[in-house]
Amino acid sequence: MIEFAQHLINGFSLGSIYALIALGYTMVFGILQLINFAHGDVYMLGAFAGMYASRWLKLDQEPSLSALLAAIGIAMLVCAIAGFLIERLAYRPLRRAPRINVLITAVGVSLFLEFSGQLVFGSDPKFFPQIFRVSGEWSLGELKVNPIQVIVFVIALSLMAILQYIIFRTRLGRAMRAVSFSHELASLMGIPTDRVISYTFMLGSALAGAAGVLVGLTYPKIEPLMGVLPGLKAFVAAVFGGIGNVAGAVVGAMTLGLAEEFLVGYWAPTYRDALAFSILILILLFRPTGIFGKGRSEKV
Amino acid sequence: MMKNAIRNTVGAVLLGAFALSGAACKKAAPPSGSAGDGQGVAQTASGDVIRIGEVGSMTGSEATFGTSTHKGIELAVKQVNAAGGVRGKKIELISLDDQGKPDEAATAATKLITQNGVSAILGEVASSRSMAMAPIAQNHKVIMVSPSSTNPKVTELGDYVFRVCFIDPFQGTVMAKYALDNLKIKKVAILRDVKNDYSVGLANFFAETFKKGGGEIVIDQSYSAGDIDFKSQLTAIRAKAPEGIFVPGYYTEVGLIARQARELGVKVPLMGGDGWDSPKLKEIGGEAMNNSYFSNHYSSEDKSPVVQEFITQFKAAYNEVPDGLSAAGYDAAKILFDAMGRAKSLASNDIREALAATKDYPGVTGKIMIDEKRNAVKSAVVLKVENGEFRYQTTVNP
Repeated sequence: MIEFAQHLINGFSLGSIYALIALGYTMVFGILQLINFAHGDVYMLGAFAGMYASRWLKLDQEPSLSALLAAIGIAMLVCAIAGFLIERLAYRPLRRAPRINVLITAVGVSLFLEFSGQLVFGSDPKFFPQIFRVSGEWSLGELKVNPIQVIVFVIALSLMAILQYIIFRTRLGRAMRAVSFSHELASLMGIPTDRVISYTFMLGSALAGAAGVLVGLTYPKIEPLMGVLPGLKAFVAAVFGGIGNVAGAVVGAMTLGLAEEFLVGYWAPTYRDALAFSILILILLFRPTGIFGKGRSEKV
Repeated sequence: MMKNAIRNTVGAVLLGAFALSGAACKKAAPPSGSAGDGQGVAQTASGDVIRIGEVGSMTGSEATFGTSTHKGIELAVKQVNAAGGVRGKKIELISLDDQGKPDEAATAATKLITQNGVSAILGEVASSRSMAMAPIAQNHKVIMVSPSSTNPKVTELGDYVFRVCFIDPFQGTVMAKYALDNLKIKKVAILRDVKNDYSVGLANFFAETFKKGGGEIVIDQSYSAGDIDFKSQLTAIRAKAPEGIFVPGYYTEVGLIARQARELGVKVPLMGGDGWDSPKLKEIGGEAMNNSYFSNHYSSEDKSPVVQEFITQFKAAYNEVPDGLSAAGYDAAKILFDAMGRAKSLASNDIREALAATKDYPGVTGKIMIDEKRNAVKSAVVLKVENGEFRYQTTVNP
């Protein structure tokens, strides 16, 4: 029973990280029908931005919640800029090109970031400074909860709540929803579609940046290729929840985190990565719109 | 329209410039001093230099393996050259980076043999990469000496393949005996890296001896190199209440495993092998590494004059205390030069015979004898991790 509860806690903390990355995928897909494969690498940039910020500002000398929030803020800013540049330089020129061209460009951008990362940061793993430390642990008998896991979970949930607010309660959010419904109609209504798309990229990338810092804090080993697998898994989570659907991405990511945790804990640790992709195949075969996706009928 | 075209061009030029600067950096990447001109196949033994190749993971996730070994080899080459070289010829070292990938290691070995025309290759640290290089060295009948690949299969791949370190059946025995006799524990969990020949082999040999000695393996879990989350495995391990956990992986993952184990309240000692030996282990693992033990090639706390002399020279050259892999790299190079000096000629076949006859060589990592399977027979040490230091515990003889 205790083992089960521990797996549950571990699964939720892993799932909340996947969720932050999956949100960026799903937002960009919702608005552009583009799978932004570079998204996992933006998450990597976030982790490195957080690491350099902590080193330069010497945040690890006085570990505190404000140090953590500062690092997250800087990483989100850096990633928002990166997201803006990626969209502006790589995707916008292809706005009217066939979708496959954009997809291939996305793969290109992803490789560009991964290998530039290896050149700039070096390809050996780096230690992420401990900018937030809690003495002791919270435990219920055998059940151990690392306070950092809780903080990560809370920060992730707050960011998701802010995102939800932006999408459904602000003018920008309304514009984003309008653009995702139809580019042409939105621009006829006077919505600057290009600018809205830029904002969407920046928002999604900022979330990935926050995820990078939170991962660095929990698993203090970061490297330029760290975004590849979490990126793909977050993509699976987004598809699982119904790609383009914000709530679906969160549910999909939590489900994936828990499923991985229980698979590894109770059955076959080596199938961890296979699990995500088996889910992807099954979803695409039996319910391509995902658990929350609405089937869209093609209009002639 | 015009404006757009200009913008696009600017974007493309920027991207191009990035790519170009990347390419330029890459060219400058190989860390060794001598890059090798690669002008045709040089007849190595005929010139006034002897070319030696080195393949190592200078970058990648196990970068300290390559850089540490490289420093040891470089020091040995400098010393030999300062003393007049081997048979009156200077040694020229050509080092290539394999980024920690077996296929790159194979490519590097091929390049060293066919383009640089080296007489012998030193490398690799990781068994899986040595196993990718060995068939190539064997096919070209070029000597290969691995400083620290401990999986038994490495030297079984050909009679031109040697190593100067102990093998995993011995290393596994050392740690199993240490756990039973010194730590007095009977119930151990294993957490192995299934992607890694070294880790799988060492785990098996450990389990074999440990069970023979009356111990019990309560659970055998695994992970894949590159994973960052081990909490589920550790939670499963915790439920079996072992008295120790054997983690025969590489330092990058071990540091994270230690951290997460302590977070889950698992306080029992962790144990491992020479793959732990890196300054990064202390950095990534931090305080969580305390109360852990691993077997290694040498200890810097060894008081013997050979070791202390090596440490002094190494500190003078690099301003740091050498780790076990530097020591193994140094020994590999020195033993190779020693054999070249004793050989009838510098033909591969003669060097091979001289190497095979190495006996009682006073290396930094112990007294080394090469056995008929081209493995070194020598002692191992057990080190304890204590507040960021590797403390010498005991020496185990074969």
